[in-house]
Amino acid sequence: MIDFAMPSLGADMDAGTLVEWFIKPGDAVRRGDIIALVETQKGAIEIEVFQDGRLGDIKVGPGERVPVGTVLATILEPGETVPSPAAETPPSAVEEAAPPAPLSPRPPMPQLEAERAVPAAAPGEAAATRPRITPAARRQAAEKGIDLATVSPGAEGVIGLAEIAAVAAIKPAPAGETRARRPGIDLGEMRKAIAAAMSRSHRDIPHYWVSQTIDLTALFAWLEAENAKRSTAERLLYAAPLIKAVALALKERPELNGHYGEAGFVPAERVHLGIATALRGGGLVAPALHDADSIGLEELMTRLADLIPRARAGRLRSSELSDASATFSNLGEGTSEAIMPLIYPPQVAIVGCGAATLRPFVVGGKVEARRLLTVTVAGDHRVSDGRRASQFLARLDALLQKPEAL
Amino acid sequence: MTDTELMDLVRKTLFDVAPDLEGEELEARETFHDQFEIDSMDFLNFVIGLAKATGVEIPESDYPRLQTPAGAVAYLRANWAAAST
Repeated sequence: MIDFAMPSLGADMDAGTLVEWFIKPGDAVRRGDIIALVETQKGAIEIEVFQDGRLGDIKVGPGERVPVGTVLATILEPGETVPSPAAETPPSAVEEAAPPAPLSPRPPMPQLEAERAVPAAAPGEAAATRPRITPAARRQAAEKGIDLATVSPGAEGVIGLAEIAAVAAIKPAPAGETRARRPGIDLGEMRKAIAAAMSRSHRDIPHYWVSQTIDLTALFAWLEAENAKRSTAERLLYAAPLIKAVALALKERPELNGHYGEAGFVPAERVHLGIATALRGGGLVAPALHDADSIGLEELMTRLADLIPRARAGRLRSSELSDASATFSNLGEGTSEAIMPLIYPPQVAIVGCGAATLRPFVVGGKVEARRLLTVTVAGDHRVSDGRRASQFLARLDALLQKPEAL
Repeated sequence: MTDTELMDLVRKTLFDVAPDLEGEELEARETFHDQFEIDSMDFLNFVIGLAKATGVEIPESDYPRLQTPAGAVAYLRANWAAAST
């Protein structure tokens, strides 16, 4: 029997509220399955299980807020029998009889578990097993005391405000009924979490920064020609080749890709790039794009198009919040020229990009208007020096000059 | 489709790609970027959604015409008519 504990979803999380269980005791679970929804400062996070087996007892019910590491449920390993409800002993007796179980199925710093290698759930996999619910709909449902299980999804399998309104119309609002706190993102709480993580970063990590201005004229010309050939749904944003190139260059610089924990630095074997995503109204979350170095640009676009809206809606998965091995922060179009970012602990590097703008640049001895991107690497002096970041940037520059090879 | 129906389609498509905006009022002549901090990924998903719903193929060079709700409605009206005649 394995204890399934409240996971730590980043340096800034100390507790979470269990919102919903998607399975019941006795149900089979497979590694990577989403089995519960937990509300955190980063929204309602879908919690994945990390072993095959069956759900044993549920220890924490909907609405309960518990610290990271608290046992939420037990998982019976394959071969273990489900205790029959008839022969059930009182829970306390079971606990006393059971051998001491590990506190958590995952180590306290899940990012260090490089060999875990859980494939990311295919986009839409979760949606196939249960309806998508918009945050506004969740809020409405919570306010009106409507059980989401009683709401039928709309045309595209999504429960929105219209579906909630339809149920609300036939169900009078219960008086004084208390529900779990509403899931979704509380920007005030998120700001506190960012402040805590960045204070820790600023205090503990001896940062250095190295910048380079990279000519993206060739990349943009390639992209324009490529996109003219593609249908709307297949077009690429320049972020896609940029992310791929960053991930490839990180793969070659292990000192910039990994985690610094109590035992010192542990390089990551794979490149799970955290994509810093700004939330409307303020706030920031950087979910991991798994194996960003080894997927094609189309796949990368598809995953980004799935990941970013989910990050904004507060609908991420636990692995996406715990797996990033480095972070990519792209200010994007119509913004500023450069950014000097802070590392997200326990990572050891962050790559920040300003806007890609037309600026003067010397090409073949002459000044020309070129599409330029200023890329800044923040590195951790406990692990590397500016020289490494400079080598990384030189490699990134070279990769971006041959976009067709990405 | 009437302009009102097209505006409903624009609104629905926007809320589909940015569910965190659901329930927001749209200002017809202000850019999506200015009203909702829409970035390039949101915008691309929005254009894909409109193309899917209407069958109108929207080349990248036309993106500037779809920057506001009113612009998107006008673009769809013009191109849908052209596509169906």
